[in-house]
Amino acid sequence: MKRLYTHFGDRIFATLLLLLALGVAALALLMAYELYRGGSLALQRFGLLGFALGREWDPVVQKTFGAWPYILGTLIVSFSALLLSFFPALAAAIFAAEYAPRWLAQVINFLLDLMAAVPSVVYGLWGIFVLAPWIRDKVQLPFYMWAAEQAPWLVPILGVPTGYGLMTAVLILASMIIPYTAALARDAIALVPKEHREAAYALGATRWEVMRLAILPLARGGIIAGTFLALARAVGETMAVTMVIGNSHKLPYTLFGGAATMPSVIANEFTEAVEDLHLSALIAVGFLLFLVSMAVNFTAAYVLRRQERLVKGVL
Amino acid sequence: MVKEAVDVHMESKNLVVRYGSRVGVGVGGGVNLPLYRHKVTALIGPSGCGKTTFLRALNRMHDLTPIARVEGEVLLDGENIYASGVDPVLVRRRVGMVFQKPTAFPTMSIYDNVAAGLKLVGIRDKRRLDEAVERALRGAALWDEVKDRLRTPASGLSGGQQQRLTIARALAVEPEVLLMDEPTASLDPISTQAIEDLLLSLKEQVTIVIVTHNMQQAARVSDYTAFFLNGEMVEFGPTETIFTRPKDLRTEAYITGRFG
Ligand SMILES: Nc1ncnc2c1ncn2[C@@H]1O[C@H](COP(=O)(O)OP(=O)(O)O)[C@@H](O)[C@H]1O
Ligand SMILES: [Mg+2]
Repeated sequence: MKRLYTHFGDRIFATLLLLLALGVAALALLMAYELYRGGSLALQRFGLLGFALGREWDPVVQKTFGAWPYILGTLIVSFSALLLSFFPALAAAIFAAEYAPRWLAQVINFLLDLMAAVPSVVYGLWGIFVLAPWIRDKVQLPFYMWAAEQAPWLVPILGVPTGYGLMTAVLILASMIIPYTAALARDAIALVPKEHREAAYALGATRWEVMRLAILPLARGGIIAGTFLALARAVGETMAVTMVIGNSHKLPYTLFGGAATMPSVIANEFTEAVEDLHLSALIAVGFLLFLVSMAVNFTAAYVLRRQERLVKGVL
Repeated sequence: MVKEAVDVHMESKNLVVRYGSRVGVGVGGGVNLPLYRHKVTALIGPSGCGKTTFLRALNRMHDLTPIARVEGEVLLDGENIYASGVDPVLVRRRVGMVFQKPTAFPTMSIYDNVAAGLKLVGIRDKRRLDEAVERALRGAALWDEVKDRLRTPASGLSGGQQQRLTIARALAVEPEVLLMDEPTASLDPISTQAIEDLLLSLKEQVTIVIVTHNMQQAARVSDYTAFFLNGEMVEFGPTETIFTRPKDLRTEAYITGRFG
């Protein structure tokens, strides 16, 4: 009797879990649908492609909406931040996992966790009050002056050295995603079975050779997955970027000059969008953002699953 | 029994390994154990008695365990491998190791697995690598099974094949001593047989130390046997003597199956 009862309890529990899981999936679908519906006015007017590739975003005079400047801005800012943060993050993870004495590894891990826990608005404030002015005075202006005299062809690429623009946004974003990439890389490295590093050591490998032979090949998938998750975060990051990016969608973007991203335009214009078409266009940007984030997350999940199978196959 | 001329290849002197405050091996004055050149020495004893701990002291693997401390000496051709200034990386190139679980590098090809150690010592010449890989795989009795798929991932091999691959990988760098920690513990009888046969042919080139749980295996493959119990090296001698006329009552109790 008791056994039957447990069994019955198991089934209730399993059903409950299934319902909850389905609920989450339904919520995601509902969200996508609502975004699509909200943006359908704009999407129908310009067509999905026309909207995504349109370069003109003018809510006032022409009342025409194209999201390309924001998509481009998001791509540039996210990928640059990813590139910039990847190697420092990987280095921190490798150092903490394999080289540092235990106390130092703990300090590094604590700092990484702390960095991940800081609210993005704090990064934004730091960007506005510390990083942007510093970059403007110490990096952008001197470089701009130098370029103006020595390499005038650089000037159009550099843009106006205001401090608030693409470069600052990339730097802020890079420092925000370092802890993500680093923590996931660290976990992936820690997941490599002890036997494998010892096998490499027993062959007479040095620490770096152990990394290269035994650890990185097995941790690679986890590291890549971590990178994708960091990318997903970078793509969706709103507050800090909006605060320092200068919010200009004038193409072409320049290194120092202002730019805009999908989240930043939504955050900036939502309160002032009084016309239906404008509001709908903003929601449609949200819809595109949703699609991009989904794609990035699915890729990450796929890579992670392959990685787990690889490590398990080994064990 | 005819006394043959044997020469000591490696030797532990008053060896004690501690994990923190607790002794892993070396209870009762430290382990003094000679390992004779081109002989197979088996380390037997119930689990937790310190066999692995002793084995890992022979190629400085304890350097990788932060809480482990090694006291005493391990002589390799008369030189203490724990003397200051000795590079553990160089010790490990002379004293290779095979683990209980097969540890082939799964993302690498069979060929690259075997060549890994050679590349570490800077051998890049394709012809030399090819030759050494073939020699090592033949030495590990694996060549015929894999010669047509050297470039495929090592993860495609069976457990027994992977274990022989790790033996080939260890052999490729031509170590003088090969340490094996329960190399057949996770293998089926046929693979076990293959590896036991292999040991008998390998000892022409290398000195072998094998940890085993299996007393029949120790009796089959080894020339000398050391019996460990609770961190103490209780008795050492020719395998035949240990199994037929042990001096210590505890050894006798173990080999007759009264505990362990
Ligand atoms: N990394 C470690 N940290 C702490 N204690 C250990 C460690 N490895 C082994 N020991 C202890 O040392 C003793 C000997 O273990 P081991 O050498 O692994 O025995 P065996 O290989 O004979 O089974 C055991 O009591 C075990 O608990
Ligand atoms: Mg053991």
